[in-house]
Amino acid sequence: MKILVTVKEVAEVEDEFQISGLDVDESYLEYDLNEWDDYAVEEAVQTSEENDDVEVVTVTIGPERSEETIRMALAKGADRAIRVWDDSLAGADYLSVEAKAELLAAVAEEEEPDLIFSGVQAADDSNGATGVALANKLDMEWAAVVNTLDLDIEGGVAHVHRELEGGIEELTDVQTPAVLTIQSGINEPRYASLRGIRQAQQKPLDVQELGDLGLDESTLESDVSRTSMYEPESESDATLWEGSPEETAGELADFLRDKGVVEG
Amino acid sequence: MTVLAITEHRRGELRDVSYEVITAGRELADELGGELHLGVISGDVDSFADDLNRDGVDAIHTVDHGEEFNHDVYAQAIPQLYEASGADVLLMPNTVNGLDYAPAVADDLDLPLVTDAIALDGGDTTEVTREQYGGKVETTYDVEADQYALTVRPAEWPQAEGDGDAEVGAVDVDIDEDAIGSEVTGFEEVGGGDVDITEADVLVSIGRGIEEEENLVLVEELAETLGATLSSSRPIVDNGWLPKNRQVGQSGKVVTPDVYIAIGISGAVQHVAGMKGADTIVAINTDPNAPIYDLADYGIVDDLFDVVPELIEEFGGEAPNL
Repeated sequence: MKILVTVKEVAEVEDEFQISGLDVDESYLEYDLNEWDDYAVEEAVQTSEENDDVEVVTVTIGPERSEETIRMALAKGADRAIRVWDDSLAGADYLSVEAKAELLAAVAEEEEPDLIFSGVQAADDSNGATGVALANKLDMEWAAVVNTLDLDIEGGVAHVHRELEGGIEELTDVQTPAVLTIQSGINEPRYASLRGIRQAQQKPLDVQELGDLGLDESTLESDVSRTSMYEPESESDATLWEGSPEETAGELADFLRDKGVVEG
Repeated sequence: MTVLAITEHRRGELRDVSYEVITAGRELADELGGELHLGVISGDVDSFADDLNRDGVDAIHTVDHGEEFNHDVYAQAIPQLYEASGADVLLMPNTVNGLDYAPAVADDLDLPLVTDAIALDGGDTTEVTREQYGGKVETTYDVEADQYALTVRPAEWPQAEGDGDAEVGAVDVDIDEDAIGSEVTGFEEVGGGDVDITEADVLVSIGRGIEEEENLVLVEELAETLGATLSSSRPIVDNGWLPKNRQVGQSGKVVTPDVYIAIGISGAVQHVAGMKGADTIVAINTDPNAPIYDLADYGIVDDLFDVVPELIEEFGGEAPNL
Protein backbone atom coordinates (compact mmCIF):
# COMPACT_ATOMS: atom_id res chain seq x y z
CA MET A 1 0.00 0.00 0.00
CA LYS A 2 1.13 3.52 -0.72
CA ILE A 3 0.23 6.68 1.18
CA LEU A 4 0.93 10.03 -0.41
CA VAL A 5 1.21 12.94 2.02
CA THR A 6 1.01 16.51 0.83
CA VAL A 7 3.59 18.53 2.71
CA LYS A 8 3.83 22.28 2.58
CA GLU A 9 6.52 24.54 3.83
CA VAL A 10 4.74 27.54 5.30
CA ALA A 11 5.93 30.98 6.21
CA GLU A 12 5.43 32.27 9.72
CA VAL A 13 5.44 35.99 10.39
CA GLU A 14 7.33 37.52 13.27
CA ASP A 15 5.44 39.68 15.79
CA GLU A 16 6.81 42.85 14.25
CA PHE A 17 6.94 42.93 10.48
CA GLN A 18 6.65 45.02 7.36
CA ILE A 19 4.79 44.42 4.16
CA SER A 20 6.47 45.09 0.87
CA GLY A 21 4.24 44.88 -2.15
CA LEU A 22 1.78 42.03 -1.96
CA ASP A 23 3.44 40.04 0.78
CA VAL A 24 5.19 40.31 4.07
CA ASP A 25 8.79 41.31 3.57
CA GLU A 26 10.94 38.21 3.28
CA SER A 27 13.17 39.26 6.19
CA TYR A 28 10.24 38.88 8.61
CA LEU A 29 9.36 35.37 7.53
CA GLU A 30 10.49 32.09 8.97
CA TYR A 31 9.80 28.82 7.24
CA ASP A 32 8.62 25.62 8.78
CA LEU A 33 6.71 22.44 8.08
CA ASN A 34 2.99 23.25 8.05
CA GLU A 35 1.60 22.18 11.43
CA TRP A 36 -1.35 20.24 9.97
CA ASP A 37 0.94 18.44 7.53
CA ASP A 38 3.11 17.37 10.45
CA TYR A 39 0.10 15.48 11.82
CA ALA A 40 -0.60 14.09 8.33
CA VAL A 41 2.97 12.78 8.05
CA GLU A 42 2.72 11.24 11.52
CA GLU A 43 -0.57 9.53 10.67
CA ALA A 44 0.97 8.04 7.53
CA VAL A 45 4.12 6.90 9.32
CA GLN A 46 2.07 5.33 12.12
CA THR A 47 -0.02 3.52 9.52
CA SER A 48 3.16 2.20 7.89
CA GLU A 49 4.46 1.02 11.26
CA GLU A 50 1.23 -0.79 12.07
CA ASN A 51 0.90 -2.54 8.71
CA ASP A 52 3.18 -4.45 6.41
CA ASP A 53 4.36 -3.06 3.11
CA VAL A 54 3.22 0.53 3.42
CA GLU A 55 5.23 3.11 1.56
CA VAL A 56 4.94 6.75 2.60
CA VAL A 57 5.71 9.30 -0.09
CA THR A 58 5.55 13.05 0.42
CA VAL A 59 4.78 15.61 -2.24
CA THR A 60 5.59 19.29 -1.94
CA ILE A 61 5.12 22.25 -4.21
CA GLY A 62 8.01 24.46 -3.29
CA PRO A 63 11.41 25.95 -4.08
CA GLU A 64 14.75 24.41 -3.22
CA ARG A 65 14.61 26.05 0.22
CA SER A 66 11.71 23.75 1.13
CA GLU A 67 13.99 20.71 0.96
CA GLU A 68 14.93 21.37 4.57
CA THR A 69 11.30 20.91 5.52
CA ILE A 70 10.94 17.90 3.26
CA ARG A 71 13.98 16.27 4.87
CA MET A 72 12.29 16.81 8.22
CA ALA A 73 9.30 14.76 7.01
CA LEU A 74 11.71 12.10 5.72
CA ALA A 75 13.50 12.11 9.07
CA LYS A 76 10.18 11.41 10.76
CA GLY A 77 9.74 8.27 8.71
CA ALA A 78 8.52 9.05 5.20
CA ASP A 79 10.26 6.83 2.65
CA ARG A 80 10.81 9.24 -0.21
CA ALA A 81 9.78 12.67 -1.40
CA ILE A 82 8.75 14.50 -4.53
CA ARG A 83 9.17 18.22 -4.93
CA VAL A 84 7.43 20.07 -7.74
CA TRP A 85 9.03 23.27 -8.91
CA ASP A 86 10.28 25.10 -11.95
CA ASP A 87 10.76 28.62 -13.26
CA SER A 88 7.12 29.12 -14.09
CA LEU A 89 6.13 28.23 -10.53
CA ALA A 90 8.85 30.51 -9.19
CA GLY A 91 7.42 33.32 -11.29
CA ALA A 92 3.80 32.83 -10.30
CA ASP A 93 2.45 35.58 -8.01
CA TYR A 94 -0.34 33.50 -6.62
CA LEU A 95 -1.06 29.82 -6.74
CA SER A 96 -4.79 29.16 -6.72
CA VAL A 97 -6.48 26.19 -5.08
CA GLU A 98 -7.23 24.85 -8.54
CA ALA A 99 -3.62 25.09 -9.67
CA LYS A 100 -2.28 23.42 -6.53
CA ALA A 101 -4.80 20.61 -6.81
CA GLU A 102 -3.93 20.16 -10.47
CA LEU A 103 -0.21 19.88 -9.73
CA LEU A 104 -0.72 17.46 -6.86
CA ALA A 105 -3.18 15.42 -8.92
CA ALA A 106 -0.59 15.01 -11.67
CA VAL A 107 1.85 13.59 -9.12
CA ALA A 108 -0.83 11.36 -7.63
CA GLU A 109 -1.70 9.99 -11.05
CA GLU A 110 1.91 8.93 -11.46
CA GLU A 111 2.15 7.48 -7.98
CA GLU A 112 -1.27 5.84 -7.78
CA PRO A 113 -1.50 5.96 -3.98
CA ASP A 114 -4.14 4.07 -2.04
CA LEU A 115 -4.53 6.92 0.40
CA ILE A 116 -3.64 10.58 0.39
CA PHE A 117 -3.25 12.53 3.62
CA SER A 118 -3.30 16.28 3.49
CA GLY A 119 -3.30 18.80 6.31
CA VAL A 120 -6.69 20.45 6.87
CA GLN A 121 -5.18 23.80 5.98
CA ALA A 122 -1.91 25.62 5.59
CA ALA A 123 -0.96 28.02 8.35
CA ASP A 124 -0.05 30.79 5.91
CA ASP A 125 -2.87 31.18 3.37
CA SER A 126 -5.47 29.00 5.16
CA ASN A 127 -7.43 28.02 2.09
CA GLY A 128 -8.45 24.72 3.61
CA ALA A 129 -9.48 23.51 0.19
CA THR A 130 -6.63 21.73 -1.56
CA GLY A 131 -7.28 18.22 -0.23
CA VAL A 132 -10.92 18.02 -1.26
CA ALA A 133 -10.23 19.65 -4.63
CA LEU A 134 -7.46 17.10 -5.15
CA ALA A 135 -9.79 14.21 -4.30
CA ASN A 136 -12.31 15.46 -6.81
CA LYS A 137 -9.73 15.75 -9.55
CA LEU A 138 -8.61 12.19 -8.89
CA ASP A 139 -12.17 10.91 -8.65
CA MET A 140 -11.36 9.60 -5.19
CA GLU A 141 -13.52 9.67 -2.10
CA TRP A 142 -12.55 12.04 0.67
CA ALA A 143 -13.22 13.26 4.19
CA ALA A 144 -12.37 16.71 5.47
CA VAL A 145 -11.19 17.55 8.99
CA VAL A 146 -10.43 14.05 10.20
CA ASN A 147 -9.38 13.74 13.83
CA THR A 148 -9.64 9.97 14.28
CA LEU A 149 -8.74 7.32 11.72
CA ASP A 150 -9.40 3.61 11.95
CA LEU A 151 -8.29 2.05 8.71
CA ASP A 152 -9.72 -1.24 7.46
CA ILE A 153 -7.28 -1.95 4.67
CA GLU A 154 -8.78 -5.25 3.58
CA GLY A 155 -12.32 -3.93 3.65
CA GLY A 156 -11.28 -0.82 1.76
CA VAL A 157 -12.90 1.47 4.30
CA ALA A 158 -11.56 4.30 6.41
CA HIS A 159 -13.65 4.74 9.55
CA VAL A 160 -13.08 8.35 10.47
CA HIS A 161 -14.26 10.96 12.91
CA ARG A 162 -14.68 14.41 11.44
CA GLU A 163 -14.32 17.21 13.93
CA LEU A 164 -17.33 19.46 13.60
CA GLU A 165 -17.93 22.74 15.38
CA GLY A 166 -19.04 22.87 18.99
CA GLY A 167 -17.42 19.73 20.38
CA ILE A 168 -19.23 17.30 18.10
CA GLU A 169 -17.64 14.66 15.94
CA GLU A 170 -19.23 13.06 12.92
CA LEU A 171 -18.55 9.35 12.42
CA THR A 172 -18.15 8.59 8.76
CA ASP A 173 -17.15 5.56 6.71
CA VAL A 174 -15.23 6.43 3.57
CA GLN A 175 -14.39 4.01 0.81
CA THR A 176 -10.76 3.94 -0.21
CA PRO A 177 -8.85 5.06 -2.17
CA ALA A 178 -9.50 8.36 -0.49
CA VAL A 179 -8.06 11.71 0.42
CA LEU A 180 -8.28 12.50 4.12
CA THR A 181 -7.58 16.00 5.34
CA ILE A 182 -5.96 15.63 8.71
CA GLN A 183 -6.84 17.81 11.68
CA SER A 184 -4.29 18.76 14.30
CA GLY A 185 -4.52 16.70 17.48
CA ILE A 186 -5.25 13.40 15.66
CA ASN A 187 -1.93 12.04 16.99
CA GLU A 188 1.24 13.21 18.61
CA PRO A 189 3.78 14.07 15.92
CA ARG A 190 7.20 12.68 16.75
CA TYR A 191 10.38 14.64 16.86
CA ALA A 192 12.88 13.62 14.25
CA SER A 193 15.59 11.50 15.85
CA LEU A 194 19.23 12.11 15.09
CA ARG A 195 19.30 8.75 13.38
CA GLY A 196 16.24 9.72 11.39
CA ILE A 197 17.82 13.00 10.35
CA ARG A 198 20.94 11.15 9.19
CA GLN A 199 18.90 8.60 7.27
CA ALA A 200 16.78 11.31 5.68
CA GLN A 201 19.82 12.61 3.84
CA GLN A 202 20.03 9.30 1.98
CA LYS A 203 16.36 9.05 1.06
CA PRO A 204 15.26 9.85 -2.49
CA LEU A 205 14.02 13.38 -3.14
CA ASP A 206 12.86 13.69 -6.69
CA VAL A 207 12.32 17.12 -8.28
CA GLN A 208 9.72 17.36 -11.01
CA GLU A 209 8.98 20.23 -13.32
CA LEU A 210 5.60 21.00 -14.85
CA GLY A 211 6.67 19.39 -18.11
CA ASP A 212 7.64 16.18 -16.31
CA LEU A 213 4.08 15.99 -15.06
CA GLY A 214 2.58 16.53 -18.48
CA LEU A 215 1.49 20.06 -17.54
CA ASP A 216 2.37 23.50 -18.78
CA GLU A 217 2.14 27.08 -17.58
CA SER A 218 -1.57 27.25 -18.38
CA THR A 219 -2.12 25.14 -15.24
CA LEU A 220 -1.04 28.13 -13.18
CA GLU A 221 -3.41 30.62 -14.80
CA SER A 222 -6.18 31.80 -12.55
CA ASP A 223 -9.05 34.26 -12.59
CA VAL A 224 -8.13 35.10 -9.02
CA SER A 225 -5.29 37.45 -8.19
CA ARG A 226 -4.05 38.94 -4.97
CA THR A 227 -4.35 42.69 -5.13
CA SER A 228 -3.34 43.95 -1.71
CA MET A 229 -2.02 43.01 1.69
CA TYR A 230 -2.17 45.20 4.76
CA GLU A 231 -2.19 45.06 8.51
CA PRO A 232 -5.78 45.16 9.74
CA GLU A 233 -6.62 48.23 11.75
CA SER A 234 -6.65 47.37 15.38
CA GLU A 235 -10.10 47.49 16.90
CA SER A 236 -8.61 47.36 20.32
CA ASP A 237 -10.00 49.61 23.00
CA ALA A 238 -8.43 47.59 25.75
CA THR A 239 -7.04 49.36 28.78
CA LEU A 240 -3.39 48.36 28.85
CA TRP A 241 -1.70 48.26 32.23
CA GLU A 242 1.88 49.32 31.91
CA GLY A 243 4.96 49.05 34.05
CA SER A 244 7.07 46.31 35.56
CA PRO A 245 5.56 42.83 35.90
CA GLU A 246 5.07 43.56 39.58
CA GLU A 247 3.15 46.75 38.78
CA THR A 248 0.99 45.29 36.03
CA ALA A 249 0.25 42.18 38.09
CA GLY A 250 -0.73 44.54 40.90
CA GLU A 251 -3.16 46.39 38.63
CA LEU A 252 -4.70 43.13 37.51
CA ALA A 253 -4.91 41.95 41.12
CA ASP A 254 -6.72 45.14 42.11
CA PHE A 255 -9.10 44.70 39.23
CA LEU A 256 -9.84 41.10 40.25
CA ARG A 257 -10.44 42.21 43.85
CA ASP A 258 -12.77 44.99 42.70
CA LYS A 259 -14.58 42.54 40.51
CA GLY A 260 -15.01 40.26 43.50
CA VAL A 261 -13.18 37.39 41.82
CA VAL A 262 -10.85 37.05 44.77
CA GLU A 263 -10.89 38.36 48.27
CA GLY A 264 -7.99 39.97 49.98
CA MET B 1 -26.58 37.91 -11.95
CA THR B 2 -27.88 35.37 -9.49
CA VAL B 3 -26.22 34.38 -6.25
CA LEU B 4 -26.94 30.87 -5.02
CA ALA B 5 -26.20 30.46 -1.32
CA ILE B 6 -26.08 27.01 0.25
CA THR B 7 -27.51 26.64 3.75
CA GLU B 8 -26.42 24.29 6.49
CA HIS B 9 -28.14 22.20 9.13
CA ARG B 10 -27.19 19.55 11.63
CA ARG B 11 -29.25 17.06 13.58
CA GLY B 12 -32.50 18.61 12.46
CA GLU B 13 -31.62 22.24 13.08
CA LEU B 14 -30.50 24.99 10.78
CA ARG B 15 -27.16 26.42 11.81
CA ASP B 16 -26.67 30.15 12.34
CA VAL B 17 -24.45 30.39 9.30
CA SER B 18 -27.49 29.63 7.14
CA TYR B 19 -28.96 33.01 8.07
CA GLU B 20 -25.57 34.67 7.65
CA VAL B 21 -25.15 33.48 4.07
CA ILE B 22 -28.50 35.12 3.34
CA THR B 23 -27.11 38.48 4.49
CA ALA B 24 -23.79 38.03 2.66
CA GLY B 25 -25.56 36.75 -0.45
CA ARG B 26 -28.12 39.56 -0.45
CA GLU B 27 -25.41 42.21 -0.16
CA LEU B 28 -23.46 40.68 -3.00
CA ALA B 29 -26.56 40.20 -5.16
CA ASP B 30 -27.46 43.87 -4.63
CA GLU B 31 -23.99 44.99 -5.65
CA LEU B 32 -24.10 42.76 -8.71
CA GLY B 33 -27.69 43.69 -9.48
CA GLY B 34 -29.29 40.29 -9.20
CA GLU B 35 -31.28 37.77 -7.27
CA LEU B 36 -30.50 35.71 -4.21
CA HIS B 37 -31.44 32.05 -4.31
CA LEU B 38 -30.94 29.54 -1.52
CA GLY B 39 -30.19 25.85 -1.73
CA VAL B 40 -31.49 23.57 1.04
CA ILE B 41 -30.34 19.99 0.82
CA SER B 42 -31.36 17.00 2.98
CA GLY B 43 -33.27 16.91 6.25
CA ASP B 44 -36.73 18.39 6.73
CA VAL B 45 -36.32 20.68 3.76
CA ASP B 46 -39.85 22.09 3.81
CA SER B 47 -39.60 23.21 7.41
CA PHE B 48 -36.09 24.56 6.79
CA ALA B 49 -37.36 26.49 3.77
CA ASP B 50 -40.08 28.08 5.97
CA ASP B 51 -37.46 29.28 8.44
CA LEU B 52 -35.12 30.49 5.71
CA ASN B 53 -37.78 32.46 3.89
CA ARG B 54 -36.50 35.78 5.14
CA ASP B 55 -36.35 39.27 3.79
CA GLY B 56 -34.24 39.53 0.66
CA VAL B 57 -34.46 35.94 -0.51
CA ASP B 58 -35.90 35.59 -4.02
CA ALA B 59 -36.10 31.82 -4.36
CA ILE B 60 -35.45 28.70 -2.29
CA HIS B 61 -34.60 25.42 -3.97
CA THR B 62 -35.03 22.30 -1.88
CA VAL B 63 -33.53 18.87 -2.44
CA ASP B 64 -35.21 16.21 -0.37
CA HIS B 65 -32.60 13.50 -0.04
CA GLY B 66 -31.49 11.87 3.20
CA GLU B 67 -31.63 13.28 6.70
CA GLU B 68 -28.13 14.43 7.43
CA PHE B 69 -25.32 16.07 5.54
CA ASN B 70 -23.52 13.75 3.15
CA HIS B 71 -20.87 15.38 1.03
CA ASP B 72 -21.45 13.03 -1.88
CA VAL B 73 -25.09 14.09 -2.03
CA TYR B 74 -24.17 17.76 -1.72
CA ALA B 75 -21.43 17.43 -4.31
CA GLN B 76 -23.92 15.98 -6.77
CA ALA B 77 -26.88 18.20 -5.92
CA ILE B 78 -25.22 21.62 -5.84
CA PRO B 79 -23.94 21.66 -9.43
CA GLN B 80 -27.43 20.72 -10.57
CA LEU B 81 -28.98 23.45 -8.41
CA TYR B 82 -26.44 25.89 -9.76
CA GLU B 83 -27.39 25.08 -13.33
CA ALA B 84 -31.14 24.94 -12.61
CA SER B 85 -31.16 28.31 -10.84
CA GLY B 86 -29.09 29.98 -13.51
CA ALA B 87 -26.70 31.13 -10.80
CA ASP B 88 -23.45 32.94 -11.46
CA VAL B 89 -22.04 33.09 -7.95
CA LEU B 90 -22.03 30.13 -5.62
CA LEU B 91 -21.80 31.09 -1.96
CA MET B 92 -21.08 28.42 0.66
CA PRO B 93 -20.35 28.45 4.38
CA ASN B 94 -16.69 28.15 5.38
CA THR B 95 -17.60 25.56 7.96
CA VAL B 96 -16.24 22.07 8.48
CA ASN B 97 -19.00 20.72 6.26
CA GLY B 98 -18.70 23.56 3.78
CA LEU B 99 -15.05 22.71 3.32
CA ASP B 100 -16.07 19.08 2.87
CA TYR B 101 -17.90 19.83 -0.40
CA ALA B 102 -17.14 23.36 -1.64
CA PRO B 103 -13.76 22.57 -3.25
CA ALA B 104 -15.21 19.53 -5.02
CA VAL B 105 -18.24 21.44 -6.28
CA ALA B 106 -16.12 24.36 -7.49
CA ASP B 107 -13.86 21.89 -9.26
CA ASP B 108 -16.78 20.10 -10.91
CA LEU B 109 -18.25 23.38 -12.11
CA ASP B 110 -14.82 24.65 -13.10
CA LEU B 111 -15.32 27.76 -10.99
CA PRO B 112 -12.49 29.68 -9.36
CA LEU B 113 -12.80 29.29 -5.60
CA VAL B 114 -11.88 31.74 -2.86
CA THR B 115 -12.39 30.46 0.66
CA ASP B 116 -12.94 32.02 4.07
CA ALA B 117 -14.04 35.46 2.92
CA ILE B 118 -14.52 38.04 5.67
CA ALA B 119 -15.78 40.78 3.33
CA LEU B 120 -17.09 40.91 -0.21
CA ASP B 121 -17.31 43.80 -2.61
CA GLY B 122 -19.16 42.96 -5.79
CA GLY B 123 -18.48 44.76 -9.03
CA ASP B 124 -17.03 44.15 -12.46
CA THR B 125 -14.40 42.24 -10.58
CA THR B 126 -15.53 41.05 -7.19
CA GLU B 127 -13.09 41.84 -4.41
CA VAL B 128 -12.77 39.29 -1.63
CA THR B 129 -11.09 40.09 1.67
CA ARG B 130 -9.38 37.29 3.56
CA GLU B 131 -6.99 36.88 6.44
CA GLN B 132 -3.58 35.36 6.10
CA TYR B 133 -0.70 34.33 8.36
CA GLY B 134 -3.06 33.50 11.19
CA GLY B 135 -4.86 36.84 11.05
CA LYS B 136 -1.77 39.03 11.16
CA VAL B 137 -2.56 40.50 7.76
CA GLU B 138 -5.58 40.95 5.57
CA THR B 139 -5.44 40.40 1.86
CA THR B 140 -7.75 41.27 -1.00
CA TYR B 141 -8.26 39.12 -4.04
CA ASP B 142 -9.88 40.16 -7.30
CA VAL B 143 -11.99 37.57 -9.01
CA GLU B 144 -12.01 38.30 -12.70
CA ALA B 145 -14.58 35.79 -13.79
CA ASP B 146 -18.28 36.02 -14.48
CA GLN B 147 -18.90 32.88 -12.51
CA TYR B 148 -17.13 31.92 -9.30
CA ALA B 149 -17.44 30.17 -5.96
CA LEU B 150 -16.85 31.61 -2.51
CA THR B 151 -16.96 30.37 1.03
CA VAL B 152 -17.74 32.88 3.75
CA ARG B 153 -16.50 32.79 7.32
CA PRO B 154 -19.17 32.16 9.94
CA ALA B 155 -20.16 35.00 12.27
CA GLU B 156 -18.81 37.73 9.96
CA TRP B 157 -22.20 38.76 8.62
CA PRO B 158 -25.32 39.36 10.73
CA GLN B 159 -28.13 36.85 10.52
CA ALA B 160 -30.94 37.77 8.15
CA GLU B 161 -34.26 38.58 9.75
CA GLY B 162 -37.70 39.61 8.60
CA ASP B 163 -40.26 37.53 6.73
CA GLY B 164 -39.64 37.00 3.07
CA ASP B 165 -41.80 36.05 0.14
CA ALA B 166 -39.41 33.81 -1.71
CA GLU B 167 -40.68 31.29 -4.16
CA VAL B 168 -40.06 27.85 -2.68
CA GLY B 169 -39.73 24.88 -4.98
CA ALA B 170 -38.47 21.32 -4.82
CA VAL B 171 -35.80 20.53 -7.36
CA ASP B 172 -35.63 17.02 -8.65
CA VAL B 173 -31.93 16.38 -8.85
CA ASP B 174 -30.43 13.21 -10.15
CA ILE B 175 -28.38 11.54 -7.43
CA ASP B 176 -26.27 8.59 -8.50
CA GLU B 177 -26.38 6.33 -5.45
CA ASP B 178 -23.45 4.28 -6.73
CA ALA B 179 -21.28 7.38 -6.58
CA ILE B 180 -21.90 7.80 -2.86
CA GLY B 181 -18.76 6.45 -1.29
CA SER B 182 -19.14 7.89 2.17
CA GLU B 183 -21.68 7.30 4.85
CA VAL B 184 -22.31 9.22 8.04
CA THR B 185 -22.89 6.62 10.73
CA GLY B 186 -23.43 8.81 13.76
CA PHE B 187 -22.32 11.64 15.97
CA GLU B 188 -20.37 11.77 19.17
CA GLU B 189 -20.14 14.50 21.76
CA VAL B 190 -16.57 14.94 22.89
CA GLY B 191 -15.06 15.83 26.18
CA GLY B 192 -17.58 15.31 28.95
CA GLY B 193 -15.04 14.82 31.68
CA ASP B 194 -14.74 16.06 35.20
CA VAL B 195 -15.02 19.79 34.66
CA ASP B 196 -17.57 21.81 32.76
CA ILE B 197 -15.79 25.00 31.72
CA THR B 198 -19.06 26.43 30.41
CA GLU B 199 -20.28 26.69 34.01
CA ALA B 200 -17.25 28.56 35.34
CA ASP B 201 -17.50 32.19 36.45
CA VAL B 202 -13.79 32.80 36.10
CA LEU B 203 -11.58 31.09 33.54
CA VAL B 204 -7.82 31.19 33.43
CA SER B 205 -7.16 30.17 29.86
CA ILE B 206 -3.78 29.24 28.50
CA GLY B 207 -2.44 29.08 24.95
CA ARG B 208 0.65 28.32 22.95
CA GLY B 209 2.62 30.93 24.92
CA ILE B 210 3.09 28.45 27.78
CA GLU B 211 5.64 26.73 25.51
CA GLU B 212 6.16 23.49 27.43
CA GLU B 213 3.91 21.06 29.26
CA GLU B 214 6.05 21.39 32.38
CA ASN B 215 5.16 25.08 32.54
CA LEU B 216 1.47 24.33 32.97
CA VAL B 217 1.95 24.15 36.74
CA LEU B 218 2.31 27.91 36.65
CA VAL B 219 -1.20 28.54 35.35
CA GLU B 220 -2.60 25.66 37.39
CA GLU B 221 -1.28 27.41 40.47
CA LEU B 222 -2.76 30.71 39.32
CA ALA B 223 -6.17 29.12 38.70
CA GLU B 224 -6.07 27.51 42.12
CA THR B 225 -5.03 30.74 43.81
CA LEU B 226 -7.86 32.62 42.13
CA GLY B 227 -10.40 29.86 42.62
CA ALA B 228 -10.79 29.86 38.87
CA THR B 229 -11.16 27.06 36.34
CA LEU B 230 -8.39 26.26 33.88
CA SER B 231 -9.22 26.22 30.19
CA SER B 232 -7.12 26.47 27.05
CA SER B 233 -6.89 27.17 23.37
CA ARG B 234 -6.54 24.44 20.83
CA PRO B 235 -2.77 23.82 20.69
CA ILE B 236 -2.67 22.84 24.36
CA VAL B 237 -5.31 20.16 23.78
CA ASP B 238 -3.71 19.07 20.50
CA ASN B 239 -0.49 18.51 22.42
CA GLY B 240 -2.34 16.36 24.90
CA TRP B 241 -1.42 18.66 27.79
CA LEU B 242 -5.05 19.18 28.79
CA PRO B 243 -8.12 17.09 27.99
CA LYS B 244 -10.50 18.06 25.21
CA ASN B 245 -13.17 19.23 27.65
CA ARG B 246 -10.94 22.20 28.54
CA GLN B 247 -10.79 23.55 25.00
CA VAL B 248 -12.44 26.89 24.30
CA GLY B 249 -13.24 27.64 20.67
CA GLN B 250 -15.09 26.80 17.52
CA SER B 251 -14.39 23.09 17.81
CA GLY B 252 -14.37 23.17 21.61
CA LYS B 253 -16.68 24.83 24.10
CA VAL B 254 -18.38 28.18 23.93
CA VAL B 255 -17.92 29.86 27.31
CA THR B 256 -19.49 32.93 28.89
CA PRO B 257 -17.69 33.53 32.18
CA ASP B 258 -17.70 36.82 34.10
CA VAL B 259 -13.93 37.05 33.69
CA TYR B 260 -11.79 35.35 31.05
CA ILE B 261 -8.05 35.69 31.56
CA ALA B 262 -6.37 34.78 28.27
CA ILE B 263 -2.71 34.01 28.89
CA GLY B 264 -0.33 33.44 26.01
CA ILE B 265 -3.28 33.22 23.61
CA SER B 266 -2.98 35.11 20.34
CA GLY B 267 -6.72 35.07 19.65
CA ALA B 268 -7.13 33.19 16.38
CA VAL B 269 -10.64 33.45 15.03
CA GLN B 270 -11.42 29.84 15.95
CA HIS B 271 -10.59 30.55 19.57
CA VAL B 272 -12.41 33.86 19.65
CA ALA B 273 -15.58 32.10 18.48
CA GLY B 274 -15.64 30.32 21.82
CA MET B 275 -14.88 33.14 24.26
CA LYS B 276 -16.09 36.42 22.87
CA GLY B 277 -19.21 36.19 25.01
CA ALA B 278 -17.20 36.58 28.21
CA ASP B 279 -18.25 39.58 30.28
CA THR B 280 -14.71 40.86 30.85
CA ILE B 281 -11.66 39.71 28.94
CA VAL B 282 -8.12 40.20 30.22
CA ALA B 283 -5.18 39.35 27.96
CA ILE B 284 -1.57 38.72 28.86
CA ASN B 285 0.57 38.41 25.75
CA THR B 286 3.95 39.61 24.54
CA ASP B 287 2.66 40.65 21.12
CA PRO B 288 0.80 43.97 21.31
CA ASN B 289 -0.64 43.29 17.84
CA ALA B 290 -2.12 39.93 18.78
CA PRO B 291 -5.78 39.75 17.72
CA ILE B 292 -6.79 38.96 21.33
CA TYR B 293 -6.31 42.66 22.11
CA ASP B 294 -9.08 43.57 19.67
CA LEU B 295 -11.42 41.82 22.03
CA ALA B 296 -9.81 42.36 25.40
CA ASP B 297 -11.08 44.89 27.93
CA TYR B 298 -7.77 44.92 29.79
CA GLY B 299 -4.33 43.82 28.82
CA ILE B 300 -0.77 43.38 29.93
CA VAL B 301 1.73 43.35 27.08
CA ASP B 302 4.47 41.36 28.74
CA ASP B 303 5.95 37.95 29.23
CA LEU B 304 3.54 35.64 31.04
CA PHE B 305 6.49 34.01 32.82
CA ASP B 306 7.21 37.36 34.49
CA VAL B 307 3.65 38.49 35.17
CA VAL B 308 1.91 35.31 36.30
CA PRO B 309 4.30 34.56 39.22
CA GLU B 310 3.79 38.14 40.46
CA LEU B 311 0.05 37.71 40.23
CA ILE B 312 0.14 34.45 42.17
CA GLU B 313 2.15 36.13 44.89
CA GLU B 314 -0.24 39.11 44.97
CA PHE B 315 -2.85 36.71 46.28
CA GLY B 316 -0.58 34.97 48.70
CA GLY B 317 0.12 31.95 46.57
CA GLU B 318 3.49 30.50 45.83
CA ALA B 319 4.67 30.52 42.23
CA PRO B 320 6.28 27.24 41.23
CA ASN B 321 9.90 27.26 40.16
CA LEU B 322 10.12 26.50 36.47
